[in-house]
Amino acid sequence: MLKVEGVSTFYGNIQALRQIQIKVKPGEIVTLIGANGVGKTTTLKTISGLIRASEGRVLFNGQDITAEPPHKIVEMGISQVPEGRCVFPRLSLRENLEMGAFIRQDKETIAQDVEQVFETFPQLKGRDRQLAGTLSGGEQQMLAMGRALMSKPKLLLLDEPSMGLAPMIVVEIFKIIEEINRQGTTILLVEQNAQLALKTAHRGYVMETGQVVLQGATDTLLNNDQVRRAYLGEG
Amino acid sequence: MLSPYYIQLVILVGINTIMASSLNLIIGYTGQLSIGHAAFMSIGAYASALVTVHFNFPFIASLLFGALVATLFGLLIGAPTLKLKGDYLAIATLGFCEIVRIVFLNLDITGGSVGLRGIPKKTTLLTVVVAVLITIFVLNRIINSRIGRALIAIREDETAAESMGINTTYYKVICFGVGAFFGGLGGGLFAHFFRFIQPNSFGFMCSIEHLCMVVLGGMGSMWGAFIGATAITAIPELLRFLGDFADYRMVIYGAILVIMMRVRPQGIIGQRLSADQVSIGEKLFNRWAGMGTGGKRG
Ligand SMILES: Nc1ncnc2c1ncn2[C@@H]1O[C@H](COP(=O)(O)OP(=O)(O)O)[C@@H](O)[C@H]1O
Ligand SMILES: [Mg+2]
Repeated sequence: MLKVEGVSTFYGNIQALRQIQIKVKPGEIVTLIGANGVGKTTTLKTISGLIRASEGRVLFNGQDITAEPPHKIVEMGISQVPEGRCVFPRLSLRENLEMGAFIRQDKETIAQDVEQVFETFPQLKGRDRQLAGTLSGGEQQMLAMGRALMSKPKLLLLDEPSMGLAPMIVVEIFKIIEEINRQGTTILLVEQNAQLALKTAHRGYVMETGQVVLQGATDTLLNNDQVRRAYLGEG
Repeated sequence: MLSPYYIQLVILVGINTIMASSLNLIIGYTGQLSIGHAAFMSIGAYASALVTVHFNFPFIASLLFGALVATLFGLLIGAPTLKLKGDYLAIATLGFCEIVRIVFLNLDITGGSVGLRGIPKKTTLLTVVVAVLITIFVLNRIINSRIGRALIAIREDETAAESMGINTTYYKVICFGVGAFFGGLGGGLFAHFFRFIQPNSFGFMCSIEHLCMVVLGGMGSMWGAFIGATAITAIPELLRFLGDFADYRMVIYGAILVIMMRVRPQGIIGQRLSADQVSIGEKLFNRWAGMGTGGKRG
């Protein structure tokens, strides 16, 4: 579904990504883990077109999207939940969700899909008129995810959904991620919370300073000594 | 009937409503801190006046011409400055306003610093009222359309807007173009009312006045722009009647603005969101008062 082939990305003179290779197959949850500042967000932004790769290609369903602008990429079916959630603070929950459907032509079914999002995120139910800025961090994360789903993506990019949230809420959000995946959305999940990410995803990539250093099935990675030492705080 | 003095006041309120509501589209709805709106007024004023004087354009045609030339410059300034945010955009638009002023000061066709005289008086109370209604109608239609939703998304969070598939560059250019169009229309009405224009009428202070109207009235509110324009136009006039204190009227005027920003930073109209959310008015106040709580993003 998604192929990132030898992608390098720069911020000015600083190279943030070095020849990244990532593959996501339909129906999978793939996670990208690594410490702060290794280039996880940059990878997602390169995929979604917010930053241009200076080398390599990004293919989505066989189509080269490396040079496409972000709005075209959303139209093709890739939706991103940005790091730090970025809800529209002074718009209501419902308006936030409707904004997520901006690219859609089928206006009639949007209201239906808003209801669907409320089913997926029961905590948001009945609060359509509340301003998004007044939600708790966890609720904002849920809203941002629901909003991203409103564009009916084939591939959902999640950038650190656990960031700054209490452990209990994180667990809840990861359950919902699994649920979204069961309903047919492929997911690329960026996380610092390696433990939970590896337990949720099917396959994983480990990044260090702009490079992918390890990859494999999450079961294998969970048992990998290097991963256990560096990311799971063991041994 | 209304005395000429009051008619002039109402006409000024109308023109300023056009200026404020079009700037409100840029600042209040799209969140782009543009403080050079007088540049578009100036371009519209000169362009329309010149075609009236030299080519005898019918009034409506010259107004349209002025507005379209201003639009062209709105698009031109919009495109390169779109990557700029907050303070940086403010400085760029301010610079643009100064460039326009200096160019008009030095051109022969505009009469340089002497100004352009002998423009026929064509703006009447009726034309201004009609122009205000058209402006508000069109801006309202835009705000309540798909374009308006894109603009509001950009104001709320530009990165998120981009993630929603909104072509932010495209919509920001539209926003500047539309804002400039109506700014230019205001300028054309102004030129054909006062019959005399000079570059310094559309300088920095003029831009700041437009900004004050938007902020005072309430950002992101059409009624706010109207009320702001009325207040800013009328208050200095009302203060004239203070008799002995008339000399202090600009001081009082300034004090009213400062107090307003402290007491009701969201403007006369415009809801306060919640205690922890700082309105744009508040940010502006803090920045200008040198209290520096605002971040880089305006
Ligand atoms: N806008 C930027 N300008 C310059 N450098 C940046 C910018 N954004 C990120 N970086 C740098 O790129 C590297 C990767 O950042 P990022 O992708 O945000 O990491 P992560 O998401 O894994 O924490 C870091 O060294 C960071 O400092
Ligand atoms: Mg990151």
